[in-house]
Amino acid sequence: MSVPLEHDYIGLAETSSMERSSEKMSSSPSSSCPHVIEDNKSSSSSNTALNLKETELRLGLPGSQSPERKPGPVGVSLFGKDLEHKSNVYSPSSLKNFVSGAKRGFSDAIDGSTGTWVFSINGKNDGDLGKGAVLFSPRGDKSNTQQPSTSVPAKKEIGSVPPSTRPVQEKKNQVSTANEPSSAPAAKAQVVGWPPIRSFRKNTMATNLVKNTEDGEGKSGAGCLYIKVSMEGAPYLRKVDLKNYNNYVELSSALEKMFSCFTIGQCSSNGLHGREGLSERCLKDILSGSEYVLTYEDKDGDWMLVGDVPWEMFTDTCRRLRIMKGSEAIGLAPRAVEKSKNLN
Amino acid sequence: MESELKRFRNSPNSEELTRRSSFPDEVIERVLSLFKSHKDRSAVSLVCKDWYNAERWSRTHVFIGNCYSVSPEIVARRFPNIRSVTLKGKPRFSDFNLVPLNWGADIHAWLVVFADECPFLEELRLKRMTISDESLEFLSVSFPNFKSLSLLSCDGFSTNGLSAIATHCKNLIELDIQENGIDDRGGSWLSCFPESFTLLEVLNFANLTSDINFDVLERLVSRCKSLRVLKVNQSISLEQLPRLLVHAPQLTELGTGSFSQQLTFPQYEELESAFSSCNNIHTLSGLWDVKAIYLPALYSACTNLTFLNLSYAALQGGELAKLLRHCPRLQRLWVMDTVEDKGLEAVGLNCPLLEELRVFPLDPYDEEIAHGVTEAGFIAVSCFCPRLHYVLYFCRQMTNAAVATVVQNCPNFTHFRLCIMNPRQPDCTTGEPMDEAFGAVVKTCTKLQRLSVSGLLTDLTFEYIGKYAKNLETLSVAFAGSSDWGMQCVLEGCPKLRKLEIRDCPFGNKALLSGLEKYESMRSLWMSACNVTMNGCRLLARVMPRLNVEVMKEDGSDDSQADKVYVYRSVAGPRRDAPPSVQTL
Repeated sequence: MSVPLEHDYIGLAETSSMERSSEKMSSSPSSSCPHVIEDNKSSSSSNTALNLKETELRLGLPGSQSPERKPGPVGVSLFGKDLEHKSNVYSPSSLKNFVSGAKRGFSDAIDGSTGTWVFSINGKNDGDLGKGAVLFSPRGDKSNTQQPSTSVPAKKEIGSVPPSTRPVQEKKNQVSTANEPSSAPAAKAQVVGWPPIRSFRKNTMATNLVKNTEDGEGKSGAGCLYIKVSMEGAPYLRKVDLKNYNNYVELSSALEKMFSCFTIGQCSSNGLHGREGLSERCLKDILSGSEYVLTYEDKDGDWMLVGDVPWEMFTDTCRRLRIMKGSEAIGLAPRAVEKSKNLN
Repeated sequence: MESELKRFRNSPNSEELTRRSSFPDEVIERVLSLFKSHKDRSAVSLVCKDWYNAERWSRTHVFIGNCYSVSPEIVARRFPNIRSVTLKGKPRFSDFNLVPLNWGADIHAWLVVFADECPFLEELRLKRMTISDESLEFLSVSFPNFKSLSLLSCDGFSTNGLSAIATHCKNLIELDIQENGIDDRGGSWLSCFPESFTLLEVLNFANLTSDINFDVLERLVSRCKSLRVLKVNQSISLEQLPRLLVHAPQLTELGTGSFSQQLTFPQYEELESAFSSCNNIHTLSGLWDVKAIYLPALYSACTNLTFLNLSYAALQGGELAKLLRHCPRLQRLWVMDTVEDKGLEAVGLNCPLLEELRVFPLDPYDEEIAHGVTEAGFIAVSCFCPRLHYVLYFCRQMTNAAVATVVQNCPNFTHFRLCIMNPRQPDCTTGEPMDEAFGAVVKTCTKLQRLSVSGLLTDLTFEYIGKYAKNLETLSVAFAGSSDWGMQCVLEGCPKLRKLEIRDCPFGNKALLSGLEKYESMRSLWMSACNVTMNGCRLLARVMPRLNVEVMKEDGSDDSQADKVYVYRSVAGPRRDAPPSVQTL
């Protein structure tokens, strides 16, 4: 499935191809999207524009994103094809998290079977990009595109979209922000003195957590077995122990059982809107026949489609699961700007 | 009436009374000196004047739960022969940054008085007090017999103060520095112990962060033959640890340093061999950054272990299980929630004698990622550990049914502290408030002394507490309750209540003022971020002159709101050392 991905998962892929591609991107005629063009020219105004967009689509933990983790080139790449073939609809803010590593964004994986969604900054085919096609290789089909790149095109190319050169670095920033006792955690404002833990313990554990994450092993708690599973429209979360399953099939059937009551209800009320396309896009074996897509958030805070990486890698990196409506997931592709508003 | 009085005077009882009071004081004192518990002694001192005097002359240890409830002069005058003083200062919520830094509880005034009146003082145990380096130096030179210093959750001092203690206290046997807000300026304080110094029995510097000179430590440990408690800090490596253990096989309490260095096989063997000669260890802690593969080196020392503190060791469930198989006699266990429910099952299976369990969160602020322990782990432990009576449990989800099951399995809880980390979180399966959980606790656990509640709670919880928790002494409440009625229930219903600490609850003046006389039988009341107003506090202060009513205001808050209120009884009157942010009404 993703064998080549494994090679470069820790981000040792070449950057040169990326830079090449980015240069090309800057010269691409994205006339229909003024924001993009301005990005290339003047970073300040586009900073504002992009920042607004970025805050709209919040797939990762708000505030956990380090400045490097801007989505521009990712978005560009995703819609590279679109730029070429469609009406140059471009949303740099979409899928902001799909920057590093050999991970795939929603839309790409969703539309994987078509083989058209490729991380092709210059809009070329998979084959051309080869190593540069990091993130958005179509699911399963085009193995040669599954090269991760840790360095997304440099700042100067995409205005306010700086590269994320080191996933570990980002992770550290993210973790240290999230774990810094004195700063607000990503998801909600911290209450002073709550939970009631003595300062000594808070400070010690925060230091140790950062230390461990820097080591890259993340042993102290990142070996998480219990994963929260949330679902659109469900009143509460469930937890699953990934160690109980050996492959995606087992996981999917367990989740189906767990959430079937909601799925059935939803299906009947919403009908089968957009299902035909969906069965191609979502994992065929998972939640088949329903309009839901299984996604997960990995260690870096990126939202990925479940099923792309080998099972072991998945259990290592998965932090939480989310069953999203297929329409939400797909819509991230062409009409990401609108959909991102809906999501928030 | 008169005839009755005559009869009384001539009755055998009155003769006995006369006989009793003619005992020589020395005899009474000798008898009373056998009473150790300060509660017993307080009771004894109330019998009659003779006994009061006998008791005060023979008292050697004083426990003062609130340093402002009494003045040092009064204490020194009443107990001229004290050798040991335990003092607690700030309200407990100061541990969680709810109390301004310069709030008070400074030890210095006490030291000055004691230096004059009780120069034979040997032991000082402080909790949540402020102590400066100057005070430590003063202490070290003013009390020639000084033997024991224990500082827990204190602040205001640096390692320079420790240097003074090490330098001047020739008779020191205990130096116990725990979880303090200490300004760690380096490890040179350890070198201040003279080379001739050999008396140390207890040395705990586990919570200091700086490196210390290992050679100095090794020499100190090897020459202090009576050393029984040694808790080192993270700077001591796994390679260095055996060299310490080899000098101190008599240790009963060990706190290791870092447990994660890469060891060669010979080094590992040395570690294992060092532990195998430590047959007397009953308390083990430390294990910072633990690498589970090295834990087997400890196994031989775990046979007699009764207290295992893994609260800084991020172990997984399986790793904990392996370790616990070697700890059959464990009574107290502190762990991190990285062990998860699986780890707690292993606790249940391996430690049938368990009496106390504390589960701390690795990352209390991370709500998104599902780590930690749940109701399942709690139930698992309770199933297999019937002797469990003390629990501190940090979790992200809980159910009423689970708690009810737990207390059914373990009805002897004396301390039940449950912290569902997300404020006001309901039962995770039913969506209901957690009232029935705590209802079950207070109904079933008749010996309950300490309770901390959490989760979504209505006044019903407090009705239950007031109705059933007849032995409750300490209650901690946060983000709970629906109205004044809740707090009223507690104040009216819990006869033994001594400490009540409340934050972020909808209790207002009516609740505050429903406990007027009650507060005189309590040590203290804390209310913060509730609905109490300045006028309510003023009224309380006016009606109850023997209470100190202190108000702390937040920046930018409404003038009429009393953001933080601390009420306590005192025979010393209002304190004079309050900072500007604290107003005594």
